[in-house]
Amino acid sequence: MADLILTPNLDNGDDFYAELLTAHDGLNKSESEALNARLILVLANHIGNADVLAQALKAAALKNG
Amino acid sequence: MNKIFEVPLYAYERTPDQDASIPVRHKVIVIGAGPIGLATAIDLAQQGVEVVVLDDNDKVSFGSRAICFSQRTLDIADRLGAGRPMMEKGVLWNAGKVYFDERQVYEFDLQPDTGYANPAFINLQQYYFEKALVDRVRELQAEGASLEIRGRNKVEAIGTHNSHVTLEVETPEGPYNIEADWLIACDGANSSTRRMLGLDFEGRVFEDNFLIADVVMEADFPTERWFWFDPPFNRGQSALLHKQPDNVWRIDLQLGWDIDKEREQKPENVIPRLKAMLGEDVKFDLEWVSIYTFQCRRMDRFRHGRVLFAGDSAHQVSPFGARGANSGMQDADNLCWKLKLVIDGKAPEILLDSYNRERVQAADENIRMSTRSTDFITPKSDMSRQFRDAILDLSEHFEFARPLVNSGRLSTPCTYEGSSLSSADALNGPDITRPGAACPDAPLGDDFLLPKLAGKFTLLTIDADAPERIEEDGIEATRLALSVKDDLTLELKRRYLGDADSAVYLIRPDQHVAARRDTFEENAFRQAIRRATGKE
Repeated sequence: MADLILTPNLDNGDDFYAELLTAHDGLNKSESEALNARLILVLANHIGNADVLAQALKAAALKNG
Repeated sequence: MNKIFEVPLYAYERTPDQDASIPVRHKVIVIGAGPIGLATAIDLAQQGVEVVVLDDNDKVSFGSRAICFSQRTLDIADRLGAGRPMMEKGVLWNAGKVYFDERQVYEFDLQPDTGYANPAFINLQQYYFEKALVDRVRELQAEGASLEIRGRNKVEAIGTHNSHVTLEVETPEGPYNIEADWLIACDGANSSTRRMLGLDFEGRVFEDNFLIADVVMEADFPTERWFWFDPPFNRGQSALLHKQPDNVWRIDLQLGWDIDKEREQKPENVIPRLKAMLGEDVKFDLEWVSIYTFQCRRMDRFRHGRVLFAGDSAHQVSPFGARGANSGMQDADNLCWKLKLVIDGKAPEILLDSYNRERVQAADENIRMSTRSTDFITPKSDMSRQFRDAILDLSEHFEFARPLVNSGRLSTPCTYEGSSLSSADALNGPDITRPGAACPDAPLGDDFLLPKLAGKFTLLTIDADAPERIEEDGIEATRLALSVKDDLTLELKRRYLGDADSAVYLIRPDQHVAARRDTFEENAFRQAIRRATGKE
């Protein structure tokens, strides 16, 4: 079973965070929600692996183990 | 000219049963002459079982109703001798377009898979499907089969006993009583058999209404499936346009929950909606209009002693994905060979419980699939709509999102995973032909595989030795000897051998795989036959 990475793994975390906020600049709440939904789907497709995605859903829900 | 569904095809006729002093006992009575009831009756009659079909009507179904018939259904119809007229009349299509809001987000062309006698699906009005089955009934009758359809015979009461079932039947000339060893209820989602026996039908109601309109038009629309999410002409809802034979187009418009059904069905309200969709200058006639709501539910058990439920009477799904009539046909396919063996005393009655288990499993699969389509088409929460719209927006730009668009998943036959009739897989072979799976077709030169597997137990050998026949406790399996060389396209190898060099399959009369291994081992296959007939 593939494992979800839950240790630091971003090339540059601060840069990514800034880019994430920039992407939402000027968007109203519903536009931002739509962007987030699209982003989740794009990333999920990139990951692909069902085990990793299941673990990610669990991690996002703050359920450990 | 009268429409086919306006002509009585099995008009009421008095039968000697109505004048009998003691109720006449029949082998099998089927209630309902819809697609599933007719298919069941034909299947049994072809196996020499005496069968009477009772229907409270005398015509094929009014309006198009089920219109999309899958490959598995066509394979079964071929086995029942009724597939050809369906194929000749049906519309083949591969292409479609998906619209979101005011724009087309993508189009698709399902490249047809090759190496199958039948296409993935055809569009055909239910009344033509039923007509083909009624014609087949007449053909069998002409050949002397004990098979009757009694129109305007409405079952008013049912008595269940250990060894038989008693029925009180109302006719235009008054009531009469008859009996049957076995009763098969194919009387649809509102099954009165189910009601009379006081049986449950639990599930989920979807709070939505759909307007179906069949319109006849001389339009130069291509033969494609068009699906709209949230279009300008039906804001916040969905719409579907689909071609049927005879220039009839099926239009489905989602209307939402709080509507006035009477009002919405009136032509003066339907026509403006259709004009907004098709264009003001398109000329069309309304053939049939109906409003439906739907539920996803099933009976707890499909067998209640001597009464068996098949088709919509046993399970109801949303229409997305064409899983109603198509799954009902598989019910008939699963049930009839088992009932024949039980009637002949060649298998124990508990074999019929495997009908319940296998088809409940299939119903649950169909309910799950069609519920998912429904949740995509009609999102139930803000977040659900958010993700749905995100997928549609992405689908316009990126290929990855297109398979996530769910406006109905094509019905494919259920694999009876873990069935008590299957033996453990003993071949390192392809997944699609594992025990429990419906055999996929394969080309054999100018011919195809499936017709050679029909209606009996078969020992399919591919580059393997086996006796020409084996008999185990009254059940005969006959060999069909093939070689990968029989199919130059190599589909036979791809579908049945995979990496293996040889294979022996035990195939059930309904063309599902019961067992497989790389070589013939007599004891293993004898045991597999016993398992497949409920004896282990």
